[in-house]
Amino acid sequence: MNDPVVAKRPAGSGYTGAERGVAAAPTATEAPIPPTPEAPETETRVHVRPGDRIFRGMATGSGVFIVAIIGAIGLFLILQAIPSLGLDNVNFLTSREWTTTDPSNLRFGILDLLLVTVVVALLALLIAMPISMGIALFLTQYAPRHLSRPFAYVVDLLAAVPSIVFGLWGLFVLGPVLYPFSSWLIDNLGWIPIFAKGNVNVQLGGTVFTAGIVVAVMILPIITAVSREVFERTPTMHIEGAIALGATKWEVVRTTVLPFGKAGYISASMLGLGRALGETIAVAVILSTASSSFGFSLFDGGSTFASKIALAAPEFNDPRSAGAYIAAGLVLFVLTFVVNAMARSIVAGHKEYE
Amino acid sequence: MSTLSADPQRLATPPTFQAVSAARRFKNGLATALVWGAFLVAIIPLVWVLYTVVQRGFPVVLHADWWQKSLSGLLSRQQGGGAYHAIYGTVVQGLVCGVISVPIGIMVAIYLVEYGGRSKLSRATTFMVDILTGVPSIVAALFVYTVWITYFGLGRSALAVSLALVLLMVPVVVRTTEEMLKIVPDELREASYALGIPKWKTIVKIVIPTALSGILTGIMLALARVMGETAPVLVLAAYAPYINFNLFQGPMASLPLLMVNERNNPTQAGFERIWGAAITLVLIITLFNLLATVISRALAPKTK
Repeated sequence: MNDPVVAKRPAGSGYTGAERGVAAAPTATEAPIPPTPEAPETETRVHVRPGDRIFRGMATGSGVFIVAIIGAIGLFLILQAIPSLGLDNVNFLTSREWTTTDPSNLRFGILDLLLVTVVVALLALLIAMPISMGIALFLTQYAPRHLSRPFAYVVDLLAAVPSIVFGLWGLFVLGPVLYPFSSWLIDNLGWIPIFAKGNVNVQLGGTVFTAGIVVAVMILPIITAVSREVFERTPTMHIEGAIALGATKWEVVRTTVLPFGKAGYISASMLGLGRALGETIAVAVILSTASSSFGFSLFDGGSTFASKIALAAPEFNDPRSAGAYIAAGLVLFVLTFVVNAMARSIVAGHKEYE
Repeated sequence: MSTLSADPQRLATPPTFQAVSAARRFKNGLATALVWGAFLVAIIPLVWVLYTVVQRGFPVVLHADWWQKSLSGLLSRQQGGGAYHAIYGTVVQGLVCGVISVPIGIMVAIYLVEYGGRSKLSRATTFMVDILTGVPSIVAALFVYTVWITYFGLGRSALAVSLALVLLMVPVVVRTTEEMLKIVPDELREASYALGIPKWKTIVKIVIPTALSGILTGIMLALARVMGETAPVLVLAAYAPYINFNLFQGPMASLPLLMVNERNNPTQAGFERIWGAAITLVLIITLFNLLATVISRALAPKTK
């Protein structure tokens, strides 16, 4: 607490600060500049102030806390899921059944949920990937400089709209608008399995098709933001070199920006995939639940992991039934964990993005 | 340009630079059109959603009752009432979440920037923050459900919702704070060390205040984001059409929960409640976004 006094000592009073450490330290002649944050703390500083020790402990503790939380999420979900998995009367991984109303006869399998989740997410990704690449290129290369920031802000606004609002919009506004198009697809291209007449009423719009489009809109901002950041870092030398060789704007982009940003763009898309897999409430609101199982048509209904859990959650009463949903949540957690970890590892290998 | 052989302006040698071929020009034009098109395509849903929300919800929120009353005692087909109970829930759950997440998030960021260096723990923490960013909100909610309700045997409550929101907010706070701390010039830290100020005091008195505007902006944006989350309230709090001030007990409404609840109400009253709540939620989020901008303007470090 006597530091302000120290600070007021006149320069050149001969105080080096070393006396405050252990005076006998052989390095006492050195100025007491602590190591830069990058360098590991060395043993030359013997005396550590209590304030420093406490603060450092708090900071490190918070870091440990974050690591522990992720572990705890996995651990608690596993602990809760195991008893119910033991009581499961059908195969958890390959069954399409989901009956948990009677806790003494649990029959639940995730195959249907997994298929719907993956199809919705992939459809969303398929729509969002080219569009967000376009937006990212637009914002970094094409848009007028002074408009680039406001335009980026507008795209980010999409991320600020709550997912429940997107869900209600998808169900009540977009669904009816898509109906003529959907029924045209079913009538004319119905012989292709993905456009076959599904297991829910298309007129209500609660199909994988609607859900995929809405989720695509919701993952646009994240894919755009990450790709934009990478595209922005294209070395100016590369761009200028291409221009000097007489390349058109598009050729500049194709020969410099895209090759440089490819890994970042793929990683961004995987982050988007992670979001799409876990998207809960918009999908829960939009998708109509179907009585028969998923048949790989875009006009099927059904449930994703997240929507199934969300819709059943208010009725969690028996821990055995709840355990079934927690097991589904665990699968979703693992799925998003793997996708996100892969996305990060792609970028981690590229030092030029730093 | 000139084709006449008698043209006095005709060049003696062919030009060094040739015109860009039609095919290349076409490709370039096509790419430009597609890239502009992509941006416009992204704007359509944004405008469309906002238009829907405003057009359907605006007449509802013009009534003073909307902001002052709850839906207590009203049947699902009875019009009138308000969303005060839900607004209270959304704001309070968000703020409680903020009170818990902000210190944790800032301390994690301080650890990563000031103490962690390239140690194993630091790398693990960075990785886990990234993973936590990607954890679906429903998984966060389920986790709090298993701990809070199954293990501790506590009931569904607003506090449980806040705890689930903490999991979603912390990584956002960490990321923005980290970015801000990183751009604080090292010269400031070194100047402080040179005066013999301990490291922790340097961080608290020099580094944080310099980065404060950015940190607060990030916190506001993170708050705006968690307030729109629906999955945790669905799992962890029951809906109540009346006002409940108690964070620790009993059902408490929130705007997303109100919307989910009224979704299957086919009457005009249900329609009004859904879109009224939607525009209210969007307004609250906009308010926090504006606050973020104001704070970042007002507290930005003086550069000159």
